[in-house]
Amino acid sequence: MTTLSHLAALEAESIHILREATAEATRPVLLYSIGKDSAVLLHLALKAFYPSKPPMPLLHVNTTWKFREMITFRDQRAKEVGMELISHTNQDGIARNIVPFGPTAGIYTDVMKTAALKQALDLHGFDVAFGGARRDEEKSRAKERVVSVRSEAHRWDPKNQRPEPWRLFNTRKQPSQSLRVFPLSNWTEADVWAYIQAENIPVVPLYFAAPRPVVERSGTLLMVDDNRLPLLPGERPQTKVIRFRTLGCYPLTGAVESHAATLPEIVAEMQGARTSERQGRLIDHDGAASMERKKQEGYF
Amino acid sequence: MQAALRVSDTFAPATLDNVIALPAKTQSTQATDQSTLMPWGEGQEEGLTRPAPVQPVKPAERSLLRFITCGSVDDGKSTLIGRLLFDSQVLLDDQLAALKKDSAKSAHTDGEIDYSLLLDGLAAEREQGITIDVAYRYFSTPRRAFIVADTPGHEQYTRNMATGASTADLAIILIDARKGVLAQTKRHLQIVSMLGVRHIVLAINKMDLVDHSQARFREIDQAFRQHARDTGFTTLISIPMSAKLGENVRDNAPSMPWYTGPTLLNVLETADVAASASQQSARFVVQWVNRAGADFRGYSGALVSGHLSPGDKVRALPSGQTATVARIVTFNGDLDQAVTGQAPTLVLDRQIDVSRGDVIVADDGTAQASRRFDADLLWMGNAGYDPSRALLLKIGAKSVPVRLDTRDMTVLNITTGARVLGNALNSNDIAQVALEADTAVVAERYADSRELGGFILIDRETSETVALGMVKDVVTAAQAAEPKGEAEDANPATHTRWITKPADTRWRSFAKAVSWRATGSVDTFVLAYIFTGHVKTAAAISVTEIGTKIFLYFFHERLWQWLAIGRQDKGSKD
Ligand SMILES: Nc1nc2c(ncn2[C@@H]2O[C@H](COP(=O)(O)OP(=O)(O)OP(=O)(O)O)[C@@H](O)[C@H]2O)c(=O)[nH]1
Ligand SMILES: [Mg+2]
Repeated sequence: MTTLSHLAALEAESIHILREATAEATRPVLLYSIGKDSAVLLHLALKAFYPSKPPMPLLHVNTTWKFREMITFRDQRAKEVGMELISHTNQDGIARNIVPFGPTAGIYTDVMKTAALKQALDLHGFDVAFGGARRDEEKSRAKERVVSVRSEAHRWDPKNQRPEPWRLFNTRKQPSQSLRVFPLSNWTEADVWAYIQAENIPVVPLYFAAPRPVVERSGTLLMVDDNRLPLLPGERPQTKVIRFRTLGCYPLTGAVESHAATLPEIVAEMQGARTSERQGRLIDHDGAASMERKKQEGYF
Repeated sequence: MQAALRVSDTFAPATLDNVIALPAKTQSTQATDQSTLMPWGEGQEEGLTRPAPVQPVKPAERSLLRFITCGSVDDGKSTLIGRLLFDSQVLLDDQLAALKKDSAKSAHTDGEIDYSLLLDGLAAEREQGITIDVAYRYFSTPRRAFIVADTPGHEQYTRNMATGASTADLAIILIDARKGVLAQTKRHLQIVSMLGVRHIVLAINKMDLVDHSQARFREIDQAFRQHARDTGFTTLISIPMSAKLGENVRDNAPSMPWYTGPTLLNVLETADVAASASQQSARFVVQWVNRAGADFRGYSGALVSGHLSPGDKVRALPSGQTATVARIVTFNGDLDQAVTGQAPTLVLDRQIDVSRGDVIVADDGTAQASRRFDADLLWMGNAGYDPSRALLLKIGAKSVPVRLDTRDMTVLNITTGARVLGNALNSNDIAQVALEADTAVVAERYADSRELGGFILIDRETSETVALGMVKDVVTAAQAAEPKGEAEDANPATHTRWITKPADTRWRSFAKAVSWRATGSVDTFVLAYIFTGHVKTAAAISVTEIGTKIFLYFFHERLWQWLAIGRQDKGSKD
């Protein structure tokens, strides 16, 4: 009997999840964060419903601090695939001038990401939201179900998750509840890159090494994407050949020095890597339980 | 000795059968006894028993092994997986740094590295030093890729353990060498067995706390094998370990020179776990009716067994309507053939009644929809089973209202292993029960198909998943109509039980022949007496006739059992 390759099996599993949750949703949405995982998730959604278009819009929670190249890529990609794109920004946060540095840095993620996401989901009445999170990203993610039930306040209760045997997903919910669904749960970073390569999936050019302006701040290389990032005394942007393993808000995302400018080079570099991709995400560094806390409060 | 050598040569684990079927030996022959009990034997020369170094395999050709750790609370499951990850050198620098930092902070260590912190990722878990929910980890060695689910030992979280076990090929059952086999060890053993896990590694852990005692190891090993006797495993390998010190995890331990078998990593890298589900006939579970524009109508779903090609005749269940596969559509182009595991969109040559949850099957008569079946059940609700609450059955992509028929339900007593009649189901109870769905669904025996044999029960009011189950036997409309006793006579070994007609056994035919003859002979005697007036002649005729006609009746009856003429075939359509 023919058995599917590892990647083909992962793909089939993700497609299965996308269809199961969509079929039983009232108003599904695909959370599109523009990174590599979102790129794979979008590609899988296109496959799952082909020849129909995925019966859901894309939602981007825009903090206004994303790399400019990400926004250009986002708009182009949405046009190519012909899906509706909803971009949501927490206007209250803008009014209060919540920025990712200085005194507001501590509440930035809560206001501009978590609260913004909740606003958008409530505003449009989305009851099922697909996200590209993977269990191998982080210890508390490793504990999350594929179909994750959220309360009215979008809270995750990690101590009381539904059992999820085989691939029988219980997608029923109370009227007040909503679901976060993670079709890429069982993928690793290596799988994602191997799949991007195999399927020729477009990704933001920032993943590929190029000379870019950076400053080094407490051991992290930050790209100076525009003139909104206040430079500390003595900091002067230098041009280095860098790339990103993960993409988010530019003042919070560390770059790596690398010459990997093609997919095969990226895959090879990752196989030799001695640090995890989350090393580059400044949001995760405040304590072991911080991601769990953010998730409990409704963060993806 | 002979048997152990053969086994170690091929590096194939001994089967449970040939391990436990050995006659008990006396103390004086224990060394030999042990070497046969242990697949790789103890006390043998190194060169013969150590497996050859593993050869690296290209990433694309690496096979995947899904395994779990289970066993009672605090036996060292998370520590073991943490240690395995550490020893396999798959941890990255920042993860290692975080581990050191977390270990120093933890209230449950004295400054040493606590490997369980690599797995116990929830704040509550770290605080209490226990595992609450399954952690999934993905890693690979040059030889194989692994998905490991580290499950909780605490009884309250048994449902999370079952979640992890449902997709496992192999289970590592841990035992704390100080405590031996506990009730929770037995419960987990039952659950992995019920879920169809056929390969077991018994990790007798914390050997450092029992002076690395070989006698203690043997004692536990034998006690466990006693319990495992009837649980249907193909392989069972016992390894003495210290998860904390990394003894026999990746490397053999100098502290236990008496153990020369494989280490845990050796077993994981080489275990041969071919898929066990046997259904070969095509089953396509429809997830979503795909209407792209006015002209396109297809069925998006999962081919859970067999294969399909354009031109194949198929039948949709439960409607029973037939059609031919016209196209197999995917994003990357049409397929000439879809194989098990793929998720394409089928286009049929005509409009038939198919909706989400229906199953499109090969038109070979091997599948049918039914409302009633017998199942193994693990009750997972926080509250026990309450007959007044409405339940939903989810099987494949179908959800239908369902009712438990608890009249003949048996519940497993974990401690004694006995199944007891009862109608109450409490959290974590394991039972055998009949289910009756509101409408017919396609269900197959779990042994034949995990995809159409495993199901969950959902409480309609709370939307919570309250049970998982595995179909043991499907009862068809035809059987359901038969008197109950007859249906239960059918042979459970044939999954096509619904094709078997309730038939008389030879013994029953013979008994019928005798009873009929007794009645008939009295009749013959009376008639012969009336016609002849001689008691003696009448008696002679009737006695002779007893012998000849019992003989004739028996063969006449067997002949009719064998002929199908005039039988109603209720089984083939619903
Ligand atoms: N001495 C010794 N201690 C061990 C060993 N393995 C585990 N431990 C200790 O046993 C305790 C429990 O270990 P865990 O790994 O958390 O146990 P667990 O089986 O995962 O527990 P639950 O998941 O809560 O059921 C910890 O304090 C470990 O350090 C061992 O081999 N030797
Ligand atoms: Mg644990």
